[in-house]
Amino acid sequence: MALQFKKNPADIVFSTTTAIASFSVIIFIIGILYVLISESSPAIGRFGIKFLASTDWNPVKESFGALTNIYGTIITTFLSLLIAIPVAIGIAIFVTEISPNFLKGPVGAAIELLAAIPSIIYGMWGLFTLSPIMSKHVEPFLKKISADIPFVSILFQGTPMGIDILTASVILSIMIIPFTASISRDSFNLTPPIIKESAYAIGATKWEVVKNIVIPYSKIGVFGGIVLSLGRAIGETMAVAFVLGNNHRIATSLLDAAATITVTLANEFAEADNDIYLSSLFYLALVLFVMSFITLAIAKYFLLKAERKYSR
Amino acid sequence: MNAVTEFNVKDLNFYYAGNVHAIKNVTLPVYKNNVTALIGPSGCGKTTLLRCFNRMHDLYPGNKYEGEILFKGKNIFSEEIDLIDLRSRIGMVFQKPTPFPMNIFDNIAYGLRLKGIKKISDLSERVERALNHAALWDEVKDKLHASAYELSGGQQQRLVIARALAVEPEVLLFDEPTSALDPISTSKIEDLIVNLKKYVTIIIVTHNMQQAARISDMTGFMMLGDLIEYDNTDRIFTNPAEKLTGDYITGRFG
Repeated sequence: MALQFKKNPADIVFSTTTAIASFSVIIFIIGILYVLISESSPAIGRFGIKFLASTDWNPVKESFGALTNIYGTIITTFLSLLIAIPVAIGIAIFVTEISPNFLKGPVGAAIELLAAIPSIIYGMWGLFTLSPIMSKHVEPFLKKISADIPFVSILFQGTPMGIDILTASVILSIMIIPFTASISRDSFNLTPPIIKESAYAIGATKWEVVKNIVIPYSKIGVFGGIVLSLGRAIGETMAVAFVLGNNHRIATSLLDAAATITVTLANEFAEADNDIYLSSLFYLALVLFVMSFITLAIAKYFLLKAERKYSR
Repeated sequence: MNAVTEFNVKDLNFYYAGNVHAIKNVTLPVYKNNVTALIGPSGCGKTTLLRCFNRMHDLYPGNKYEGEILFKGKNIFSEEIDLIDLRSRIGMVFQKPTPFPMNIFDNIAYGLRLKGIKKISDLSERVERALNHAALWDEVKDKLHASAYELSGGQQQRLVIARALAVEPEVLLFDEPTSALDPISTSKIEDLIVNLKKYVTIIIVTHNMQQAARISDMTGFMMLGDLIEYDNTDRIFTNPAEKLTGDYITGRFG
């Protein structure tokens, strides 16, 4: 027989309100998914799954495909992670293992502050400050040193304009560094001090302890953090919209403009003057939704696995 | 016996960050190839004293040593001491087993690799010898490449002892090594410690007075940072000079 409690009226009100609040989240998700699917159904009907593989983006001929946008999203995300991961892990190692106590606070606060800056500010800073620096100094330099290296030189063809894949990736990397760094820091902190002490007790140096004990111990958590940052990079709009250009082509050079899914959505809703154009944009949004959902699921899986490992 | 000293602790004072005076004017000799036990109520400073011998306190900022611990005639707190070298000569085993996130073989070989030993035949030989000394070889010889976490708690603790032995230290420090283990594993570790004193000098911190009586040659009783009494284990447990020591070992407080 189940235990019976006398129901208190205030208790009923309390539990009902919290339940409603919680269920509303699920309803929102279903609602958003419903709108995305129903609005994109004309485009799904017309282009089908080939939408994902087509590089067409021609509003005049009413022929649309997502591949250039998917490509832009993937390449900027990949590049930004390539830049961000080493820096972020370096920060996390410094803050947890190396920095003297009086520096831990300020560096930690700076990381969190960096994460709190609205992305539009990153975009403005990127357009007015970073972009000129990239076009005048960084990109000509990269062009020069890569000129004689086969294959690599292809990446830096074209005129350094500063509004391109490379600049957008740099901005994105600055945005995701704080996330990766703070999640890595938390994972590093989960390494039991006693395990680190036993490595020191056997004559290991600081670097050896970090390399052999701390990183192997926390790699699952760090990986989860990286995937979360990946999710953020995929969905980021305002920071890249200013500095990516809007170019529906598959560019092989990092100095070319490109388009990501988010940037296309932000730029083109206003000018979508016919139904199939509008519906294609919704279809694009649906693709983004699914991509973000998958990365989030992967991240959650790894973070959960990490938690379980440590709580053992 | 008791002839050669391994350590000479002289007027040692230790302060944790924030000027907490945890060790007060402790002076004692630690004899070579003896088991020296440190006993006393919780918070008496016995673990703190133990962690002075390999300067574990250096890992945390703000801690301060005064006085000296002479090891091979040299003060371990002096500037010219190489901490990495010191710690590879003075091993340590902790309250809980601390296997590293790697397989059994690599756990034992870890300290050897740090010392620059790379040749696989040398490593294998020394890993086997260390595991034999720690009385673990027969139990793990067929699964050297399994994760160290697959072993039982008692086996993990012997693994950690083997890891410490592999680098051929002169001293082993034990910080309540059996407090997380069942009675059978505990007695295995105790037998091991008694056997090991042929090769190394042992200092052990323990909460368990029977354990100190069973395995140690010398015993120090500490309270509130003071070393109250230090003598042969037999004498401490049968005829202590200080009333406090007698009260503690007969269980009148603790």
